[in-house]
Amino acid sequence: MSALRVDIEGFGAWPPESAEGGVPPGDAGRPAARLLPPTERRRAPASVLLAVEVAAQAVAMSGRPADSLACVFASAYGDIGITDYLCATLAQAPDTLSPTRFHHSVHNAPAGYWTIATGCRAPSSAVCAGGASAGAGLLEASVLALAEQRPVLLVCSDVAGNGPLGEIVGCRSSLGCALVLAPPGSGRAMARLDLALSAAAPPAAGPDPAAGNPSAAALRLLALLTGQGGDAILAAGDRLALHVHMEKPE
Amino acid sequence: MLPLAIRACTLTSALGRGIDAHREALAGMRGGLRPNDISSAPLACWIGRVDGIEHEPLPAAHAAWDSRNNRLAWLGLRQDGFVGQVEAARERYGAARVALLLGTSTASIGATEEGYRRLENGRLPADLHRPRLHQPHSLAGFVAAALALRGPCLTVSTACSSSAKVFASAERLIRLGLADAAVVGGVDTLCDSVLFGFNALELVSPGPCRPFDARRDGISIGEAAGFALLERVETAPRAPRLVGWGESSDAYHMSTPHPDGIGAEAAIREALARAALEPAQVGYLNLHGTASRKNDDMEAALVSRLFPATTRASSTKGYTGHTLGAAGIVEAAIALLAIRDGLVPGNLGAEAPDPACGAQFAWRGEHRRIDVAMSNSFGFGGNNASLVFARGAAA
Repeated sequence: MSALRVDIEGFGAWPPESAEGGVPPGDAGRPAARLLPPTERRRAPASVLLAVEVAAQAVAMSGRPADSLACVFASAYGDIGITDYLCATLAQAPDTLSPTRFHHSVHNAPAGYWTIATGCRAPSSAVCAGGASAGAGLLEASVLALAEQRPVLLVCSDVAGNGPLGEIVGCRSSLGCALVLAPPGSGRAMARLDLALSAAAPPAAGPDPAAGNPSAAALRLLALLTGQGGDAILAAGDRLALHVHMEKPE
Repeated sequence: MLPLAIRACTLTSALGRGIDAHREALAGMRGGLRPNDISSAPLACWIGRVDGIEHEPLPAAHAAWDSRNNRLAWLGLRQDGFVGQVEAARERYGAARVALLLGTSTASIGATEEGYRRLENGRLPADLHRPRLHQPHSLAGFVAAALALRGPCLTVSTACSSSAKVFASAERLIRLGLADAAVVGGVDTLCDSVLFGFNALELVSPGPCRPFDARRDGISIGEAAGFALLERVETAPRAPRLVGWGESSDAYHMSTPHPDGIGAEAAIREALARAALEPAQVGYLNLHGTASRKNDDMEAALVSRLFPATTRASSTKGYTGHTLGAAGIVEAAIALLAIRDGLVPGNLGAEAPDPACGAQFAWRGEHRRIDVAMSNSFGFGGNNASLVFARGAAA
C-alpha cells in the first residue's frame, strides 16, 4: 500500500441535505449555479449547473481564488439527458441536431463552463471510471495535488437519467459533491485525508441511498467531514479499493 | 518530473495496422481519407476509416463489451507485439502495479446510437441491455479486462486532448509510487454523434481536410486506436522517453480556441520547462492542425512566435483525419516514429499554404535525425495538452 496525505480546505454538496449524508428527496430542482453569467445559466445543461454549483460552494469555503485551482471533474455518465437527446435525434433526423446540445454532450462540458466562468487557465480534466468514478476521481485529484504541490478542485457529480439510456444505466437522482484538496501545510485544512490503495475487490455497496448515482460514494466523505472524521473504503476500480482515513483538527 | 521510458507503442488508424504501416504511408505521403461511407444517413464529407473492424470480433470471454470502439481497441492492442509487452510488465510488477489510463471522446456511444435506431417498445433492444457499455468508461473497462490489469484505472474524456493528458496522469502516478508501469492511449471510432455533431457546428469539410491550406474549410473525422507502455527509465534506458508534459485551459469558449493561443502557448511552455528544453531543441513538432479556420490560424501564429525555422512542424490530420479522443496518442506515436526513423511527415493536404505559416512547416516529408519531438493536442472546451519526447540513451 502507498499512502497519500492531503488536506481538505472546502466542500460543496447538492442537494444541500446530502452534505450530512442524507437521502436526497427526489427532484431537488435546478441548482442555482449563480457563478455562471445569466445567459450561460439559462443555456447550460443540468450536468453543468450541478457541477458548477457544488464547485462554487467548495471554492468559496476554501477562500482560494477559483482561477488558482487545477480541477478534476469526475462523472460516471456525463449528461445522460443530453446523450438521450443526441441518440434520439440521430435516430430520427440527424440533420436537425442542435450544435449547442452537441457541444454540451462532451464529457468536459462542466470543466469547460467552469474554467470559462472563473477565468481559470490552470489544467482541467474530465474523468470517469464507471461505478468507481468518485474514488478514481479522488485518487486522480489527490495525486495531482501532491505531485504538483498545488491545490485542486475535485467535483464528483452525476445527473438523473431519462429515456432509454437513463433506464439502462439506472441513475435516478442528481447528486454532486465537491472538495478543495491541497498538499498539507497551508494552515487552511478543515480535515486531513490519508489515502491508500489496496488490490482487493471493494466491499459491495450497501443499500443505495441515492438511487443508482455513482457519485453517491463521495457522500461518504461528506458524512465523515460533517461528522467526527473516521474511515471509509471507496471503490477506485473493479478490483481496487481506496482506503480513506479522515482526521479533523481538535 | 520523472522521465519515463516508452517501452512499447502501437498505432492503428486509417493508415493501417501497426507502426510500420504508418511509417510507409507517412514516408510516401499517402493519406487514408475516403468519402464518408459509414454514417447511418448520408453526409457529404470524408472520413478516416479503419478497414475490417467489422470482421474483428472480441474474444468470447469479453463478448459483453462488444462495440465498434472496443473492437478497434482489441485490433489495436494486437499490433506491434503490444499485448506481449503488457503481459511482461504484469509479470514484472504484478497486475495491481500496472495502471491503465485511456482517453476517449466517443467510447461506445456508437452502440447506444444503434440501440436508439432499433428501440423495442421505447427501450433499448435486449441485446444491448449492457449498462457498462453505454458509458464513457466502456473502453477502459474492456481493456482492463482484456489485459487483466488491476491497478489504478481511469478514463480521461476532455475531447481532443484526452489521450495526450493520460501521459501526464501516468507520470504523476508513477512518480508518487502508486504504479510501476502504465498503459496509456486512447480509442475513438466513427459514429453518427461526431459526424453529425461536428457537422452541426459547421466544422466539417465536404472534402478531404487541408490543414494549414489558405482555403481550408474544416475537419475530416477519423478513428484510431493507439497505446503506449510507460515505465521508469532505468528499466529500459535505450527506449525513447516522455520528458515533458504541459496542460492548460483556455478559459475562453466551448468550441473555439483562444484566438491568441494563450492556453496553447502555456501548455507548450510548461511541457518544455518540465523537459528543461528550449524551443530550438525541438526537432519535430506535430501540430494539432485540425484544418478548422480558427485552430490553424491560432497555431500557425503560435509556431512562428515560439519556434525557430530549424524546428520542423506539420499536421498529420490530412493522413488520419481528426481522430478526436484518440488524436493525442496517434500524434504521440507519430512523434515517437519521427525520433525512431528520422522521419518528418509532410503536412499532407495543403496545396496552397496559408501565408501565416512560417519556415518551420514541412510541406513535404523530410529525413533527418530527430532527438526531441513534441505533440500538441487542443480540445473542445479550451482543454490543451502538449507532450515532449526524447531519444533514449545511446547503445
